[in-house]
Amino acid sequence: MRREEPVGSVAIRVSRFSHYFGAEQTLAELDLDINRNEILGIIGPARSGKSTFLCALNRLNDLVRGSRVEGRIEIDGRNIYDADVDVIELRRKLGTVFATPIPLPRSILENVAFGPRMAGVRDRVRLDEVVRDSLEKAGLWEEVKDRLDTSGLKLSGGQQQRLCLARILALKPEFILLDEPTSGLDPISTMKIEDSLRKLKKDYTIILVTNNTKQAARVADRTAFFLNGGLIEIGPTAGIFTAPADKRTDDYLRGRFG
Amino acid sequence: MNRLERKDRLVRLALLMIAFSAVSILAVITVFMFEQGTPIMFKYGLKSFLAGTDWYPSEKSFGLWPMIVGSIYVTTGAMVIGVPFGLACAIVLTEFSSKRVRGVIKPVIELLAGIPSVVYGFMGVVILVPFIRQTLGGPGLSVLAASIILGIMILPTIISISVDSIQAIPPAYREGSLALGATKWQTVRMVLLPAARSGIIASIILGMGRAIGETMAVIMIAGNAISVPRSLLAPVRTLTSNIALEMGYAAGEHRQALFATGVILFIIIMVLNTVANMTSSRRRRTKG
Amino acid sequence: MRVDPRLSQRIAKTLLWAMTILTVAVLVFIIFFVLRKGLPALDLDFLTRNPVDMGKGGGIFSTIIGTIVLTALAILIATPLGVGTAIYLTEYTWENTVTRVIRFGAECLAGIPSIIFGLFGFILFVTKLGFGWSILSGALTLAFMILPTIIRTSEEAIKSVPAAYRQVSFSLGGTKWQTVTRVVLPSAVPGIVTGIILSVGRSIGETAAVIFTAGSALRIPTSLFSSSRTMSVHFYILAREGISMSRAYGTAAVLVIAILLVNIATYYLMNRFIRRYS
Repeated sequence: MRREEPVGSVAIRVSRFSHYFGAEQTLAELDLDINRNEILGIIGPARSGKSTFLCALNRLNDLVRGSRVEGRIEIDGRNIYDADVDVIELRRKLGTVFATPIPLPRSILENVAFGPRMAGVRDRVRLDEVVRDSLEKAGLWEEVKDRLDTSGLKLSGGQQQRLCLARILALKPEFILLDEPTSGLDPISTMKIEDSLRKLKKDYTIILVTNNTKQAARVADRTAFFLNGGLIEIGPTAGIFTAPADKRTDDYLRGRFG
Repeated sequence: MNRLERKDRLVRLALLMIAFSAVSILAVITVFMFEQGTPIMFKYGLKSFLAGTDWYPSEKSFGLWPMIVGSIYVTTGAMVIGVPFGLACAIVLTEFSSKRVRGVIKPVIELLAGIPSVVYGFMGVVILVPFIRQTLGGPGLSVLAASIILGIMILPTIISISVDSIQAIPPAYREGSLALGATKWQTVRMVLLPAARSGIIASIILGMGRAIGETMAVIMIAGNAISVPRSLLAPVRTLTSNIALEMGYAAGEHRQALFATGVILFIIIMVLNTVANMTSSRRRRTKG
Repeated sequence: MRVDPRLSQRIAKTLLWAMTILTVAVLVFIIFFVLRKGLPALDLDFLTRNPVDMGKGGGIFSTIIGTIVLTALAILIATPLGVGTAIYLTEYTWENTVTRVIRFGAECLAGIPSIIFGLFGFILFVTKLGFGWSILSGALTLAFMILPTIIRTSEEAIKSVPAAYRQVSFSLGGTKWQTVTRVVLPSAVPGIVTGIILSVGRSIGETAAVIFTAGSALRIPTSLFSSSRTMSVHFYILAREGISMSRAYGTAAVLVIAILLVNIATYYLMNRFIRRYS
């Protein structure tokens, strides 16, 4: 159930959040807010904790041995690391698209219907509706509507990634998390996905991790710069790119490292 | 907690119980065998058991030496035949044949792995044994016959594992060698075989394990005489044959002695398998 | 004196090919010999009549039944145990010493000769538990014999399912069990079934473990506790006692054909398995 929040209100509040894999610290005392219906871009060099942060939000990190957290992440007012939190529901609420498109070895329709099926939706009519709706939102419907029964593996890279997007949309999430979603794609596919994100912003809150700073500049409303597991600065994209407050941000944007 | 997660917990418990049962069954087999077989070994002394040359169960004389020697001879003979031919096939399959040829030979070899041992034994009895008897003398039922048939039987093991090891070598090795002007054979000899060495050794050890453990074929063609074989043409009895031949009517200490034989075989094969595992995993570890 | 490397290659190639051809020839010869001598004995009568006069006459029908029942029962027992264990080991536990020990144990037991299983089965099932020479004893013994193989092949099949698929399932809100049943197992099934079929092949040809546990009664088994003879055991007895050469060859031919069919099925499945991931 989604509450109708005014644009600009806080959707996720991260307070002094740290993460460890065993003895190694991967995220250090993160403090940031993510606003509803915005696209937040996260940039930074490799191994700066960007992906780890996403996986902390959807608690996929929990699946790795030795994962440990400190601090709080509050979504809709509740700390998602509380003991009685329904992690399954959390992961449906925060749909994640990964860097490499991973269609499951089944038909396009089955791919998109996978999430709802696991959630218990059995009615064929309803599933077909959800599949069509999600594929339209992901911008893939026109291209595959005649071949929903063919294998998802047969699609091109860009189409596969949009399929992955449709897959998470089928669960009607509140948030869309994307981890370098276009890093392996051609420019046209990249553009199509960026267009989809702009349209989706209306109904979802989007967090986009990217190693392509230009993409953040094109798409994100606000941008955050991560370095070595810490948040260096965060602010409206235009401001970050033209007049970064921190020298390290400036160095990274100019390509002096990373 | 989500309803689905609750179900997950139950499933986990069920699977744990299944895994536990399976594992404990396997453990029971091991423990049981040792429990049945070791007392008699200590009663008569390990040395007299292993090194005694007289196996007269009715007179409480349990010397396994002739059978131990028999197993060693027959296994060695099998290796002498199986390893060169097995390696030759492996090399030809990986380096000197086209895909189509490979597609024909490989299934044939895998088929051979599935032929029951009694059929091999039968072929030995019907063709090989008379042949040996006519051309080389002796009763035909001999170390030689057993070695040849066993050698044939372990070929699929050696071939398939060696082929896997050679094929697992990164193409860069081959390409690098050929780029330096080496012929294919030189590449095989100086680069591929050394690189696949641990896998090949593992295959040989596993083949050895299979040869030692083979029973039915050996019973049919080896002669089963309880004496240390004096030549290749002499009849021989192996540890496995000993168990199979006498288990039908053994009782009391005799039966325990057969169990003890089983324990010894068990230990030998465990050792062989461990060594084989270690050689192939060491290679995997160093390759990173 | 240095030999021209091209010459030594030609020599090596010739020698190696000669050895290979010899090997393949020997193996093919065995199959053809058995089939040539055995197929004449194969007629509907042979396959549908029971052995008569200790096997000197009649057919092998009861042994076919014995083989089928024994193998089917062994597979029915070993498959849930083996696949369940494999699932648990790979999906529900972290890699630690316990799992390593279990895996090592399974690998070792996979190499134990069948005669030892026969010995074990004889003492435990036939004697101690009092089942006597019976299908029950035989099936249990066979089941334990193939259990390590099924665990091993199932584990390999499950492990070869890309980790990414699991990640997708979890990120879409799947539980462990849902991930296993909807993503991992469907992809691993060809590999698992291959392992099962290989075990079927092994059970069909198994003699040493069966003869000491299921006995060698010639009648069609009527209950789990009846003794029964399998084709391999029948073949062994016919051959060793010299009862009937033609029928021995006939039985061998049936065995070889059965193995051929099993291998073809395995090959077909393996190809599907490989094609899925290339």
